Amino acid sequence: MQTVGQMERPASGPPPGVAGGSRQRAATLDARHVSAWFGTNKVLERVSLTMPARRVTALIGPSGCGKSTFLRILNRMHESVASAKLAGEVLLDGEDIYAPGTRITETRKRIGMVFQKPNPFPAMSIADNVTAGLKLTGTKVGRGERQELIERCLTRGGLWNEVKDRLHQPGSALSGGQQQRLCIARSLAVDPEILLMDEPCSALDPTSTRRIEETIAEISQDVTIVIVTHNMQQAQRVSQQCAFFLAEQGTPGRIVEAGATERVFTQPIDPRTNDYVTGRFG
Amino acid sequence: MSLLHELTRPPTDAPFDEPRPIAPGLGRSDHVFRITARGVGFFVLVLTAAIGLFLGYQAIPTFHHYGWSFLTETQWSPNTDTIGIASVLLGTLEVAAVALVVGFPLALMTALYISEYAPSRLKSTLIAMIDMMAAVPSVIFGVWAQLWLQPRGINVSRWISQNFGWIPIFKVDTDANAASWSKISYVGSAFMAGIVVGIMIVPLACSVMRGVFDLAPLGEREAAYALGSTKWGMIRTVVLPFGRGGIIGGTMLALGRALGETVAVLMIISTDYQPKIKILSQGTQTVSALIASLFGESTSTQLHALLTAGFVLFLMTLLVNTIAAVFVARSRSGAGVDV
Repeated sequence: MQTVGQMERPASGPPPGVAGGSRQRAATLDARHVSAWFGTNKVLERVSLTMPARRVTALIGPSGCGKSTFLRILNRMHESVASAKLAGEVLLDGEDIYAPGTRITETRKRIGMVFQKPNPFPAMSIADNVTAGLKLTGTKVGRGERQELIERCLTRGGLWNEVKDRLHQPGSALSGGQQQRLCIARSLAVDPEILLMDEPCSALDPTSTRRIEETIAEISQDVTIVIVTHNMQQAQRVSQQCAFFLAEQGTPGRIVEAGATERVFTQPIDPRTNDYVTGRFG
Repeated sequence: MSLLHELTRPPTDAPFDEPRPIAPGLGRSDHVFRITARGVGFFVLVLTAAIGLFLGYQAIPTFHHYGWSFLTETQWSPNTDTIGIASVLLGTLEVAAVALVVGFPLALMTALYISEYAPSRLKSTLIAMIDMMAAVPSVIFGVWAQLWLQPRGINVSRWISQNFGWIPIFKVDTDANAASWSKISYVGSAFMAGIVVGIMIVPLACSVMRGVFDLAPLGEREAAYALGSTKWGMIRTVVLPFGRGGIIGGTMLALGRALGETVAVLMIISTDYQPKIKILSQGTQTVSALIASLFGESTSTQLHALLTAGFVLFLMTLLVNTIAAVFVARSRSGAGVDV
């Protein structure tokens, strides 16, 4: 496995974190003038947003406003679509993740992602799912350390008590909500600084949603979280700051308003934000 | 209370608490289509059964005449009334085994490349090429192998025998290291026939595998990438486990084809009824090549014997294909993908 030290990084950046090293190392993510296209269709225009360390940032807005695309740009998943293009830069603690010489696998390891649909590896056991990221990134851990890691990640994901007696059962045997928490635990195992969540509760029932929200509150103490959600109450419950995306009548998506969640929901500046957060459209 | 009563009680309180018959409610076109489809499906079954029954029926006199020695006798010598398929079966298995060793990695790599690595424009071209390869008649493969492949392939045979001759199957009857080596000793071997058959089965195995790899769920692929996986890591964690059924199934289907390949094998091999495990040495015989070469000039007894050999081959391929079908059906790729 390639260590971080071998990567070409600008000398001005902070010392890169080493996998498995110190935790409690949430980073700030700073998107600057990000635009995005699929083919010739422009879906985002000059979006800038700072997502400060140890905070939960919610991205809200109606369907098709580009918030998921924006999220996928933040850990370089956007470019996996063949026709996808982008402009602007995304700074992870001051360094552009799209800079030449930056290793995409290292970036994605530092910026984890939880998807809308729970996607545990079905052929693997619950325990193996948790450590899948270590195997995939070639990180070696000892046996005892591995057990400890599995317990710690499942605990942080709020799933330990439910699965501790059946760690060797396949991950696909869990309920949807449990699978999603397993996916969160799996993301945490590679020790990311940022965790991106793309509507993580939209396929779940209210009880599971509540569990996930508790998990978010807990892990946000040492991981920066960016969450896309359609659920206004959820945005209010889990996030400290939020950004309202909107794509009006065939124009690409933009951020209409961003700021402290409390303020955006109670005293929106833009009338369109007001209409959206009060449920008048979207 | 009265509202609840109104909502939960139907106006009549007849006791309907038992299963009632449900009419399918199909339209006429649905009926016509269903009957047609069922008929065609049934016809395929009847056809396979008919072939099996025909061969089985033809085999009765042979087994009556030769008994179990038909399976254990190595010589096929109608003049002395000594007929058996032991060495022919051995040759068949050797050719099929070599074909698998050659064809399996080729097919797997090709399928992975097309499904995972090839840029989209190249992808369709490659698929078309592979499909075209499946359409090349076996006689063309035979001619090509005879005139082009074999004169070069014998060098590979010799190299293997020079370096791995200590393994019994790679031994040859001639001195592999001699300065003027006997090329003829390597011609028409089971190995050579196996290479040709191996190339011939690539399209079949490859398209089954590719089809399964393409179905590997995007969600799991993205999960692997989002954890910082390389492409190869993703393939190992998601695509290969998902495609396992297809890999096994495609290989078994290809094996079924390899066991039955006739013309190309017939053109390559030098007929030899000696049972031998030295696959690099000249001469072998396979069941299908045996039938094709002797069918035209057979007496009635010999014809029955040939058909019996065919029956054995039929059973073998049926078994292999059934196992393949079981694997394909059991894999996740065969069942519902959206779990």
